Amino acid sequence: MDQSNSRHTNADPVLAQAVEWVDEGRRVALATVTRTWGSAPRRAGSHMAIAANGDFAGSVSGGCIEGAVIQAALGVIESGEPRTLEFGVTNEMAWEVGLACGGRVHLFVEPVVGAAVVETPVQQAR
Amino acid sequence: MRGDVLREVVDAQRTGRDVVVATRLSDGAQELIARGARSAVLGLDGDSVAAALGTGDPRTVETADGPVFLRPYVRPPRLIIVGAVHIAQALVPMATIAGLQVTVLDPREGFATADRFPGAALVREWPDQVMYGLRPDDRTGVVALTHDPKIDDPALIAALESDAFYIGALGSRKTQAARRERLGGLGFDGAALERIHGPVGLPIGARTPEEIAVAVLAQVIGALRLG
Repeated sequence: MDQSNSRHTNADPVLAQAVEWVDEGRRVALATVTRTWGSAPRRAGSHMAIAANGDFAGSVSGGCIEGAVIQAALGVIESGEPRTLEFGVTNEMAWEVGLACGGRVHLFVEPVVGAAVVETPVQQAR
Repeated sequence: MRGDVLREVVDAQRTGRDVVVATRLSDGAQELIARGARSAVLGLDGDSVAAALGTGDPRTVETADGPVFLRPYVRPPRLIIVGAVHIAQALVPMATIAGLQVTVLDPREGFATADRFPGAALVREWPDQVMYGLRPDDRTGVVALTHDPKIDDPALIAALESDAFYIGALGSRKTQAARRERLGGLGFDGAALERIHGPVGLPIGARTPEEIAVAVLAQVIGALRLG
């Protein structure tokens, strides 16, 4: 971790994790919250990275839809085609899963493609 | 996300550059747009890209080829706290939790110490020596808390000469009036001096250093989110 006074900051840990998995040769999908209604717990733009073996990082809700998103992401990794997902959470359901939000979210799930290209850092090329 | 776009976003975040990733939701067509650059692939208008970068909030825009999701990745807002004083000791952790990248600046011996500010970015220099190096920009707030014009004024001058989204200064109305007179004498006009929030913080009747920190942080967030 960079503890210096630099104004530069660390990257989004979820995206950094996705890059790390790709560098390890693993197939990865990225889920992104594109829109929310009501008191959805994760804002638009929130990311979750999913590897082909089901490992994941980040979150797109308070925990109630992650399982379904992982399933969809594995399908996206297989097909190579992006898809959109919509989740509406009823108040009753939400209570059962411990998330009394009643919100609604749209997600975009996409494969991380063309990722095999590993750029050689300039300093190592010399 | 395209692998090259993903790498570019991570690199931009690590090097402090602002970018937008635009994704057409119907087919996943994607484009990375740097601040100031034009959309070359998806034909987006510059205003919607600029708006996403300005607020840092994602948005979906309609195009002839369907909806396009704009996800800005912008530097976290910064808060430069001038004066490693008691209020700052409360403000640093609160502001950090709220997502601000905090720097504490105080030249005085014994003030900006790691004991008093564990884990914080500390600068033990005079503001006139370091403020220009810190380069306050429109994602930076500056709050002066020392009560000492020798320290506060140079920091406020640098802030006024920048696009800082928030400038605040501790002190009573009397102190503020004296400050306005000093800074006015240096050529800052009324509009410039209006940028300084003082007395500092939202009027919530704050009494303790901790409560004043809450009032200041609320005012900073208001300036960031509401303008």
